[in-house]
Amino acid sequence: MTVQHDPSVYERIQAGEQFQELRRRYRSWAFPMTIAFLVWYLLYVVLSGFARDFMGTKLFGNINVALVFGVLQFVSTFLIAWAYSRHAAAKLDPIADELRDETKSADEVGEGAK
Amino acid sequence: MSHETLSTILFLVFVALTLAITFWASRNTKSAADFYAGGRSFSGLQNGLAIGGDYMSAASFLGIAGIIALSGYDGFLYSIGFLVAWLVALLLVAELMRNSGKYTMADVLAFRMSPRPVRTAAGVSTIVVSIFYLLAQMVGAGALVGLLLGVHSDAGKIWTIIAVGLLMIIYVVFGGMKGTTWVQIVKAVMLMVGAALITLFVLAKFGFNLSGLLGDAAAQSGKGDAFLNAGLKYGTAAQGTWGKIDLISLGLALVLGTAGLPHVLIRFYTVPTARDARKSVLWGIGIIGVFYLLTLVLGFGAAALVGSKTIAAADKAGNTAAPLLAQKVGQDLFGDVGGTVLLAVIAAVAFATILAVVAGLTLASSSSFAHDLYAHVFRRGTATERQEVVVARVAAFVIGAVAIALSIFAQSLNVAFLVSLAFAVAASGNLPAILYSLFWKRFNTAGAVSAIYGGLVSALVLVIFSPVVSGAPTAMIPDADFHLIPLSNPGIFSIPIGFLCGYLGTILSKEYNASKYAEIEVRSLTGIGAEQATGH
Repeated sequence: MTVQHDPSVYERIQAGEQFQELRRRYRSWAFPMTIAFLVWYLLYVVLSGFARDFMGTKLFGNINVALVFGVLQFVSTFLIAWAYSRHAAAKLDPIADELRDETKSADEVGEGAK
Repeated sequence: MSHETLSTILFLVFVALTLAITFWASRNTKSAADFYAGGRSFSGLQNGLAIGGDYMSAASFLGIAGIIALSGYDGFLYSIGFLVAWLVALLLVAELMRNSGKYTMADVLAFRMSPRPVRTAAGVSTIVVSIFYLLAQMVGAGALVGLLLGVHSDAGKIWTIIAVGLLMIIYVVFGGMKGTTWVQIVKAVMLMVGAALITLFVLAKFGFNLSGLLGDAAAQSGKGDAFLNAGLKYGTAAQGTWGKIDLISLGLALVLGTAGLPHVLIRFYTVPTARDARKSVLWGIGIIGVFYLLTLVLGFGAAALVGSKTIAAADKAGNTAAPLLAQKVGQDLFGDVGGTVLLAVIAAVAFATILAVVAGLTLASSSSFAHDLYAHVFRRGTATERQEVVVARVAAFVIGAVAIALSIFAQSLNVAFLVSLAFAVAASGNLPAILYSLFWKRFNTAGAVSAIYGGLVSALVLVIFSPVVSGAPTAMIPDADFHLIPLSNPGIFSIPIGFLCGYLGTILSKEYNASKYAEIEVRSLTGIGAEQATGH
């Protein structure tokens, strides 16, 4: 069950200020963060390949840098996922909901006119 | 009772339970949305568990624990790529895909393109990636039964492959997405409980002192401190610089491949809204992350308590490390009966794992065959929903049968590399096409087709001329040598090639449709016009 919209509806929404703000908020968070976690991960992989003496340095007991670095990848993944869900709920969802509701009520008016 | 008998009984209980679920699901699977997307009525938590069930294959459960038990830290390194990859899915793909697609990966790619060439390319890529992954899992199942149930004859392995294949066909043909998702959920819960239990026993034996566990593991492995650092399996000193580049290449394919795997992507369609897709990935990340931390303890625990030598003697690849560890801690804590019970439980969990993963792969490839190739390419969109579902069921049967036949043929070959190859193809062909589709205004048909074929072909060609296919004792064809490239993992070349092909294909073609881009951009970010749950 999908409501079919005239293509011009989407172009009108896309040009609107609200959508532009939604798009900016989404992209300005997701794109830099993607680059950041990919760089952080690649740093880990490159060090695992090329800096083994450093990775093998023991920090306490038998726990070395490699293990801590690996566990930090888990920690950063959990934190980024959590931060994204907070960002999306606070900054993205309200605008998306508003735009969806507006389109829906416009549809209902349109249906009534037929 | 022997552990083999107990394993078999436990496994039969799992099969009976999942068949009952499949039967129930088949009565609730009528429309195309039911078959392809489970009626889009799963909750975020349910789908999150199913994501875990789909993703945590026997290769990651037994395989990673085995690599850690034999080669130490490198197994952990491998699992990190599998986890971080989910951030790509969460931030860039899951929600936008849920909002703009319908049943398959190609729905998003074909949204603003000429549908036939794009759906053909996406369908081919989906089926190739899924069959590679499927083969690795099914051949693994054949080998596993030998190790766990003491069946060492070739006939026994062949019958195992046939049984696994038939069950997977039944789940998909009758249960569709609804049945398959429930199989994944049951399996994910079993796997998490099983792995957590053994981990707890292992940690308890070491008084919850991780450093002590690592010290014993390093000592028992016979490799000392090197066991706790990278380099015993990937990028070893003997392989030199190329080996290290190979490691980076593998890491790239793992981290970028997940968000391009068709069986992962179709999971996002099983929930009612994009927000539920987000929740399901969050649950998935939590479950998968915890699971890999458990395998870290299992792997080092196996090295410390069972010993790398004993594990390597049972299986060269270390696949029995987790089951042997279960037996050992069971014996130490509860006597012989305890050992038998725990070993049987873990063996049954391993089979459940294989079944759930192969069912997900069969569903992804048969959905794409029916929805992309049959309905949109052959019938040009004139097929009815009912015809599409019939074709999807027939396709599941045929793909299952082909997979059984290929697996029997390949069972004596070393095909473990097919899993990382599937990730490389997904990262090189599918991911560029998906990201360009969602984010690049100028992207067009020629670009999509070039990205998919460019990534797919370059990854395949690089692998054919690599040491995993020929020219090494561990190669698929060990007696021949036509390898030209020193890399086993093509990602470092094929991923840039895929992105570049997509870019060049786009700018060399004049096609450009601004209003369709407006539609996909607005739909993907707001959910306006998104497919609704069918709701039962």
